[in-house]
Amino acid sequence: MHTNPASPLLQLDDIKISYGGIQAVKGVSLELYKGEMVCLIGANGAGKTTTLNAISGTLAVASGGITYDGEDIANMPTHKRLRKGIALVPEGRGIFTRLTVEENLRMGAYIRNDAAGIEADLERVYTMLPRVKERLAQVAGTLSGGEQQMVAIGRALLSQPKLLLLDEPSMGLAPLVVEKIFEVVQTVKDEGVTILLVEQNANLALEFAQRGYVMESGKLTLTGTGQELLADPKVRAAYLGE
Amino acid sequence: MNELIEAVPYLGKRHPRLTKWLIIIVALVAPLIAAYFGRSWMRILDFALLYMMLALGLNLVVGFAGLLDLGYIAFYAVGAYTWAFLASPHFGVHMPFWIVLPLGAAFAALAGIILGFPVLRLRGDYLAIVTLGFGEIVRIFMNNLNHPVNITNGPQGINALDSLNLFGWNLAQSLSFGDFKIHYLYLYYYFFLLCVVGSIVFIKRLQISRVGRAWAAMRDDELAAKAIGINVRNMKLLAFSLGATFGGVAGGLFGSFQGFVSPESFSLMESIAVLTMVVFGGMGNIAGAIVGALILTALPEILRNIALPVQEALFGTVILDPEVLRMLLLSLAMILMMLLRPAGLVPAHARYSRPELLKGGA
Repeated sequence: MHTNPASPLLQLDDIKISYGGIQAVKGVSLELYKGEMVCLIGANGAGKTTTLNAISGTLAVASGGITYDGEDIANMPTHKRLRKGIALVPEGRGIFTRLTVEENLRMGAYIRNDAAGIEADLERVYTMLPRVKERLAQVAGTLSGGEQQMVAIGRALLSQPKLLLLDEPSMGLAPLVVEKIFEVVQTVKDEGVTILLVEQNANLALEFAQRGYVMESGKLTLTGTGQELLADPKVRAAYLGE
Repeated sequence: MNELIEAVPYLGKRHPRLTKWLIIIVALVAPLIAAYFGRSWMRILDFALLYMMLALGLNLVVGFAGLLDLGYIAFYAVGAYTWAFLASPHFGVHMPFWIVLPLGAAFAALAGIILGFPVLRLRGDYLAIVTLGFGEIVRIFMNNLNHPVNITNGPQGINALDSLNLFGWNLAQSLSFGDFKIHYLYLYYYFFLLCVVGSIVFIKRLQISRVGRAWAAMRDDELAAKAIGINVRNMKLLAFSLGATFGGVAGGLFGSFQGFVSPESFSLMESIAVLTMVVFGGMGNIAGAIVGALILTALPEILRNIALPVQEALFGTVILDPEVLRMLLLSLAMILMMLLRPAGLVPAHARYSRPELLKGGA
């Protein structure tokens, strides 16, 4: 494994993605370094989710390269990328509504077969998400939105990710709950997991992230540290409602 | 079994033990009771068991994996025609059941994969339409493959299929011990019952296995299922082929039992009837499939036996043909179901894990 700290953990090189005839992502290049939390902000339909899905492999790129840990993964199926440590928490949480909370979490370890390791990771997730632990036997579809989001994150953690892709974890949640979610994300980051976060809640995302990219109609238009972007008049006008 | 016990109204929840034995006894003595009302009722019971196998198989595809399949009867046809080709005077081939039945199942599974590949990316209504087309294609093939080379004997169907012969024991011949005779319909009943019980055990195990959970995940959220590393393509193909296997076995048994196959037994209405059984009973639920199949096989026959005399007594003549009445009442039953019990007669409380696997309880 490459451990050169100077080389990025993930590198997108001019990736393009189309849905039928419509190009949703028109050449995106970005880098992620180990241990970072980076956010991708932009309006609806800018191509953020599409980019994230391409990184996880649930969507194929039309052209361009995806390099992860020094390896070209552009044509690798999702389950292999997952084994290499790329986990996605999909938009809208993607909870398995008819399974119980515990089953949902255990499904995160679908690709693993080290029983002891899975149990240890479950315990870790329980400590991180005490609310979830209270509801293990409950059918996941009956949880509140915030709890479902926690379960979704917990489930992703059970695959032992090195790179966690979070797609709008704040979607449809009350501000107080959103803050809790971000605290959890921060904890995950502090454990050394690299995080790429897609958010519409630009304010919060930029506060937590070290760096950010701004995406507009399929292209990256701005990049900088979280603070720089927060101070940028264009960002303020477009995404922070000023 | 537990689901089935809970499905029994009133008694099921209060006296599960008693209910369990009641179900077993009823299943065992049902043909004796049916025989009291006549041979035709015994045949209906035998068919109910075949429909149970079909409903169980379709439930696997529709209920577990969430893939709406409107052409399921095609697999039944594949199984039945396999029997007709390999165990009838049609080609003069008479193979034993332990070759024909597995072969029928294998061909059906293959047909399931052939159907599965092109529909991998389809969902919901689009999937339903393509599977519907597939079912019709199979039927039309059977209808027309008598020319230029006669393979299926076309609309006339194939006659005089071999009956089920279990290693020298012919199920189509009544057993007699001196004066005491056991009619062959009993023999078929108990053999089919054994098949249904076997299917239930197998499907139950499947449901609480890794595969069952993967299907449940895929059904609830396909993207998330992919994201946790489930190979959605393979899981869909597995669902189609395993579901088809049940159809194939049931089809072979149908051929042997009926002794005759023709394309008209495999019309779209049959696919819809099986789907109705699954929906009526409760999707994603083994007990639902069984209850649905039983009620919807028996109901039309009961109607036929009641509607005719009642109309004759009231009006002196038959105004509504029982066939018309059957569709009418079935539709009414479906509408009432949707209003009163949208999740089916036996709503699914399906488990997907063995209890001892879960620390938090279930």
